[in-house]
Amino acid sequence: MESILGQAKKVAEEAEVFTISSEETPVRFEANRLKHIQGKRSNSVALRIVRQGKIGYAITTGLDSSQKLVDNAVETAQFGMTAKFEFPPLTAYPQVEAYDPDVESVSLEKMIELGEKLIAMIKGHTADIVCEAVVTRGVVSVRIINSRGGQANYRKSIFSLGIEGTLIRDTDMLFVGESENSCHPLLEPKVVAEPVLQQLELARNRASAPSQSLPIVFTPNGVASALIPPLMAAFNGKVVLQGASPIGNRLGQPVFDEKLWLWDDPTIAYRPGSRPCDDEGIPSQRTPLVEQGTVANFLYDLQTAALAHTRSTGNSSRSRGGLPTPSPSAFVIAPGKASFDEMVGDIKEGLVIEQLMGATQGNILGGDFGGNVLLGYKVESGKIVGRVKDTMVSGNVYQILKQITAIGSEAKWVGGFLQIPPLYCPSVSVASK
Amino acid sequence: MPHIEVVTHQLAEALNQNSADYIEARLEESQSSYITYRGRELESIGRTTAMGGNIRALVKGGWGFVSFDNLDELPSKVELAVKQARLVGKEESKLAAVEPVVDTVPAKIDKNPVAMPLAEKKQLLDEYNDVIWHTPKLQTSVISYGDSHKKVIFLSSSGSHIEQERADITLRLTAVATEGSEVQQAGLSLGSRGDFSLIQGLRQQVEQMAQHAVELLSAPQVRGGEYTVVLDPVLAGVFVHEAFGHLSESDFVCENDRLRQIMTLGKKFGSSELNIVDSAAIPGLRGSYKYDDEGVPAAKTYLIREGRLAGRLHSRETAAKMKERPTGNARAINYHYPPIVRMTNTYIEPKSASFADIIGDIKEGIYAKNWYGGMTSMEMFTFSAGEAYMIRHGRLAEALRPVVLTGNVFTTLENIDAIGNDLEMNQGGGCGKGEQMPLPVSNGSPHIRICHCLIGGK
Repeated sequence: MESILGQAKKVAEEAEVFTISSEETPVRFEANRLKHIQGKRSNSVALRIVRQGKIGYAITTGLDSSQKLVDNAVETAQFGMTAKFEFPPLTAYPQVEAYDPDVESVSLEKMIELGEKLIAMIKGHTADIVCEAVVTRGVVSVRIINSRGGQANYRKSIFSLGIEGTLIRDTDMLFVGESENSCHPLLEPKVVAEPVLQQLELARNRASAPSQSLPIVFTPNGVASALIPPLMAAFNGKVVLQGASPIGNRLGQPVFDEKLWLWDDPTIAYRPGSRPCDDEGIPSQRTPLVEQGTVANFLYDLQTAALAHTRSTGNSSRSRGGLPTPSPSAFVIAPGKASFDEMVGDIKEGLVIEQLMGATQGNILGGDFGGNVLLGYKVESGKIVGRVKDTMVSGNVYQILKQITAIGSEAKWVGGFLQIPPLYCPSVSVASK
Repeated sequence: MPHIEVVTHQLAEALNQNSADYIEARLEESQSSYITYRGRELESIGRTTAMGGNIRALVKGGWGFVSFDNLDELPSKVELAVKQARLVGKEESKLAAVEPVVDTVPAKIDKNPVAMPLAEKKQLLDEYNDVIWHTPKLQTSVISYGDSHKKVIFLSSSGSHIEQERADITLRLTAVATEGSEVQQAGLSLGSRGDFSLIQGLRQQVEQMAQHAVELLSAPQVRGGEYTVVLDPVLAGVFVHEAFGHLSESDFVCENDRLRQIMTLGKKFGSSELNIVDSAAIPGLRGSYKYDDEGVPAAKTYLIREGRLAGRLHSRETAAKMKERPTGNARAINYHYPPIVRMTNTYIEPKSASFADIIGDIKEGIYAKNWYGGMTSMEMFTFSAGEAYMIRHGRLAEALRPVVLTGNVFTTLENIDAIGNDLEMNQGGGCGKGEQMPLPVSNGSPHIRICHCLIGGK
């Protein structure tokens, strides 16, 4: 790394080398049986330079010669954006726990046993269900050095446990599933099995939804599948800078229901989205996004922040191997006071949405969502009476989150990167066959 | 620095020295470049190179898989994959027999797009961005261009040695129009199997897209409910991919006895006019190839013929388990992943109806065009249109906000009551399955009409 930085400094004013290496071992079960063990190693080296004031960028898996990497970066710098930022000098980082050595020592045999137990728990409830399960352990190492003397490095461990079950009766298919992620080993299959068993119970009977506006309780999974993607786009500093965020000029204004509090937090101990610094070496911080319904901040990386005349919030990410771009680390919505049962109990006729399929394929920038209810239930007189199918739910997050009847008290981690409670919305458009 | 050719001999020997039921290796070298614009300014431009490979071993029905970015110590990587497979395998290995193949397949393009000067590619994007920015009321644009060229060497313990090259280009343009806090967008997705000229000369299409984004600001949202819907060839292509294509991927079917009973060959899904095909063997499309990632030759497979289930897509393993012929549909997005059953170029065959015939007798319906996205759960699927218009008394009427359509595979295909004569293949899509996306595919169809199609709305 140092030699690449040295070579780059000969041809550029500033340079930064970012390396990421990972080792991942997924153990996969298909059709209720162990099917596949994989061992994946990858590493990549990214070079970002500022040459004649412009940004150049190249990336390789590390087998290429370092001169080729420098040459590629120099070629792209001819056309690159003008750099408006400076790389960070040597900085102190907050202590963020994201590595547990126990993850690496979980044996393959133990992982196989976990998957088998998990499947057995689901099959024990519904004998004819067909399950796919994945148990994964992995470690990621990141190192960043730059020409201003800045350097950062950290290690993260990740363990995940997930299951999807398919139950087919005639031409009717039911899909249930749950997953859990942590930087600690997850050795209790119960945490994933129990929500699946509950889904199977609730979906036992069939019910139908009328085509009209109905009150809806979105479970944490439901919020994640329908409402979160538009918000992630809207709070992205780059989208704001472009003028394409509906809340871009509403900083400090009430846009949402005053019960809503939302923040981004990469510092929570042992969560998969946590890290001491972002992908440009800026220290991690908790960033409030919505406070009491009012827009509080947007998320920035170095270049976007400079263009917007503000500071980086430490939200730079290079998820696709490209240039750093602003991205949330972990979205957290503050839980409210109502229990799930209280919210459902309040509904005369309505739905509970657990999974909306294809909800994000519309005009996300405008806040629209609309999808087919992959897993959802009908509520009649305060009770869940059965599963609904062939039903579309559509709306706009800015209209829906303006007035929330209640926020649930039982927040849950979804996908390792979202901590969200259920949301009870008074009126959402429903269309059905 | 070793090139992948250098290590093939050593690797082929290692494959033969191990006692698995079957072992294969893929070595890959790729170069790619990308350019993105966000607004008027170029946002990022870069070049990427990658080299690496994987080993996949089968022992008693269990698979081991090792992927790496480092070509050192290949024999020990082979051993590790075999060891993993041993830990899994408790049954009998089943793989459909295929003849070992020794072949070299060049990319068959005049000019490698990755090797072109970045300035030349940038010039085209500048031209399109200019067109977008000349549209009044337009707030911003996003353009993302990517190309790649890769060489893959496939080796197997049964003696195959296949070297294939391919190139790929994608271009996605989005125009965003705003008014107050209203934000609307329109997009255009293009692609080709490495031929840069196919994404040139499209100023008019780009202009229409930008104008459409502005039109949407004043367009009404449709009321949710059931409609007679006419799909253009692009959207009908997405429909056939989502509605039926994924259900034809037999990895899902083959291990599920209930589903096998439902998906028996000969089962009626649509009218006798309906033919659905998947074929990697058509040359020059984004889903085309000569051999899949298990070294099986590409084939043309009728999924639906005259309305009845006629075939499905297979890997060697699913073909053996279902006692059917392999179709050459095992694909991996890159060397970090094992091949799984995937579509290639999927389309509805054209029939005789003209567009005028198709909309002529619709009193009130929706004409849905262009593509936002699509998703399926096998039984139910959704797909969304980038453009939509009301049809009133057999004529196109006002523009609508983009619509999301949904259906159920067991009823919606039967509701196709008209198939046009104007097949077009769309090259702008990318397919995702499991963690592997985007995979280059193409979809196509003539105009089709579906009655009783459920549409989400206000």
